[in-house]
Amino acid sequence: MRRGITATALVAALALAATACGSDDETGSKSSGELSGTVTWWDTSSVGSEDKVFKKLAEGFEKKHPKVDVKYVNVPFGEAQNKFKNAAQAGDGAPDVIRSEVAWTPDFANLGYLAPLDGTAALKNQDDFLKQAVASTKYEDKTYAVPQVIDSMGIFYNKKMFEEAGVEAPANLADLKTVAKKIKDKTGKTGLYLRGDDPYYFLSFLYGEGGDMVDAGSKSVAIDKPEGVKAFKAVKELVDDGTAKTDASDGWENMMQAFKNGDVAMMINGPWAVADTLTGKEFTDKGNLGVAPVPAGSAAQGAPQGGHNLAVYAGSKNLDASYAFVEYMTSVDSQATAAGELNLLPTRTSAYAKKEAVDSEIVGFFKPVVETAVERPWIPEGGSLFEPLRIEYTKVLTGQTTPEKAAKATGDSYRKLLEGWK
Amino acid sequence: MAVHTSQSVVKAAGENTARGRSRGTGTPPPTPGRLRRALSVHWYAWAMVAPVVVVIGVIIGYPLVRGIYLSMTDADERNVARSIGVNEIPATYEFVGADNYVDALTGSQFLGTLGWTLVWTVSCVSITFALGMALANILNRRIAGRSAYRMALILPWAIPGFVSVFAWRFLYNEERGLLNKVLGGAGIDAVPWLNDPTWAKFAVIAVNVWLGIPFMMVALLGGLQSIPSEQYEAAEMDGATAWQRFRHITLPGLRPVSTTVVLLSTIWTFNMFPVIFLLTRGGPGEATQILVTQAYKFSFEISPRDYAQSSTWGVLILVLLMLFAVIYRRVLRSQGDNW
Repeated sequence: MRRGITATALVAALALAATACGSDDETGSKSSGELSGTVTWWDTSSVGSEDKVFKKLAEGFEKKHPKVDVKYVNVPFGEAQNKFKNAAQAGDGAPDVIRSEVAWTPDFANLGYLAPLDGTAALKNQDDFLKQAVASTKYEDKTYAVPQVIDSMGIFYNKKMFEEAGVEAPANLADLKTVAKKIKDKTGKTGLYLRGDDPYYFLSFLYGEGGDMVDAGSKSVAIDKPEGVKAFKAVKELVDDGTAKTDASDGWENMMQAFKNGDVAMMINGPWAVADTLTGKEFTDKGNLGVAPVPAGSAAQGAPQGGHNLAVYAGSKNLDASYAFVEYMTSVDSQATAAGELNLLPTRTSAYAKKEAVDSEIVGFFKPVVETAVERPWIPEGGSLFEPLRIEYTKVLTGQTTPEKAAKATGDSYRKLLEGWK
Repeated sequence: MAVHTSQSVVKAAGENTARGRSRGTGTPPPTPGRLRRALSVHWYAWAMVAPVVVVIGVIIGYPLVRGIYLSMTDADERNVARSIGVNEIPATYEFVGADNYVDALTGSQFLGTLGWTLVWTVSCVSITFALGMALANILNRRIAGRSAYRMALILPWAIPGFVSVFAWRFLYNEERGLLNKVLGGAGIDAVPWLNDPTWAKFAVIAVNVWLGIPFMMVALLGGLQSIPSEQYEAAEMDGATAWQRFRHITLPGLRPVSTTVVLLSTIWTFNMFPVIFLLTRGGPGEATQILVTQAYKFSFEISPRDYAQSSTWGVLILVLLMLFAVIYRRVLRSQGDNW
């Protein structure tokens, strides 16, 4: 296996060397010859739904450039960051192109794993991209990735169950509790599934109380302010009074199963979950899936802005083809396909005008949500902020600590992580 | 056969040197160093083991020395040397002495994790030993279908660890797991196996006991079969009860085996990575995190990866286990065991 990879890499390198012969100038990205060789792409989309579309899309690149062999590899989202770091650091086995979550991108760039893309074929019509989407691709004034999809979160609900219980989508936490109670009384099912093993699903509650993880403007930690404590209290209440159920492990799988089978009426989720949700037995009629903005807290209403970028590994043996591949995957047509088939939100303004995007109700719903979503600071430590929060968040939900202690402990870890922050 | 040849080799080597010395000038060098003598006498044996020593030095010695070195630096993901394509980034980490050890031993995290690791090790080993002993005694008599039982009990050992641990993870699932469905059928509320800190601790211990029983059972069964049956017969003649026979014949007879398996089992359990990592990943929160899984987390799961702290914990684990082995040996020796 490993020898196979080395051999293909060698062949690819030789082929590249052969085609690149004669054009030794530094701006050789628009190489004189035809693109060839292998481009390995690590995709992190959901298996069983999104991956099929992306695989097909990626292989479409081979039609445009017959000499290029695209190797599609699906790496589970939860493992991709570590796998890429291991491979990139070892200098062996890393892909040419990686689908890098927005928070990973500055981290990878800071570690020197990504190739700067300014002036390469990977960037085309930069002005067409949404500003929020581009923000996460920059690190120290250089561009290290190209935005592929953008997302935020909303509350997904089962319309049939809502009708049965005679309720509407909740606008705030108080509503959420009464809605869940009515659902419990009428259908016997739990109202909400709240992921307890991933703090990303906690962010909308944190923003709802007016809190945040950190404040990059004043270089200070915000999680242990009173708003953070209130947010921990709010989620704990939801679990304690039976509004929501949760798990400390396998959260994604349990959440999707529960929602797809109609065991819960609501979940907080993003566009990335739509394709998988629609494979569930409750949603054979696609119209049964309702989406509403996340419930507001006592101070505000907000969901995190997320998404995925495509980045090129700095050690790639086939940079030219990789740049072209990234450009192709983030082109208007590719984004329109993803919007049409998977309801994923394009990062290019012009893609929203395409028929596929216009026809998608989900895209239509999330577009304004994304525009007002809360942007996180795109610092290398951005992704590191989640692990300390995850531990304390799970501890709060499982009754191992109090909201006050959890907020303080998370804040302390952040200060250790972010040198010199208040 | 093998014993025979090796003996003759040593003897031959000895004769060689003896001859060599007698052929000398007659004034032997003033007592050659022990090392030199050992070398000249046993050079052949040394030559034979040299490849093994070199290989062990490379695959165990180097990582060990490097780990100890890293534990005395502030190395993390951002300052170690890396080469990415054409970029060569040199290492910029610094030597910090014993700072990491001071931090680990004065902070609450290491000691807290160590506490649970000890609880985990002691309960796993004692329960596994007790159950393994009971099963070995049951299977040591002539009962119908004995070999079938033995096979069935060895099964957990035969399945690759990660497969069985994943199977347990499905069984433990709160909503969809088999265990809770069975309990639900009996009218018992769902148990939050992996979602409640106390239950999660119970759950990981249960799986480890399940995995560890075959080893204990097989080892103890072997020990039981080596106890001469005359002793039991004589005891029976003297009117000893079953308990007395167990207490005064079986237990002392098993001593050489049981002391060894307890030592091994303790070391393995202390460092039992897969059960914890695959079942709970140390969760909920950090409730089931043992020292090795936490050390792994430092160096592979958090960002930036903290290689220095991870190595520090690794060295501390090594020291703890070595201390344990030394004390264990001392105690056994003081009780008259020939170790």
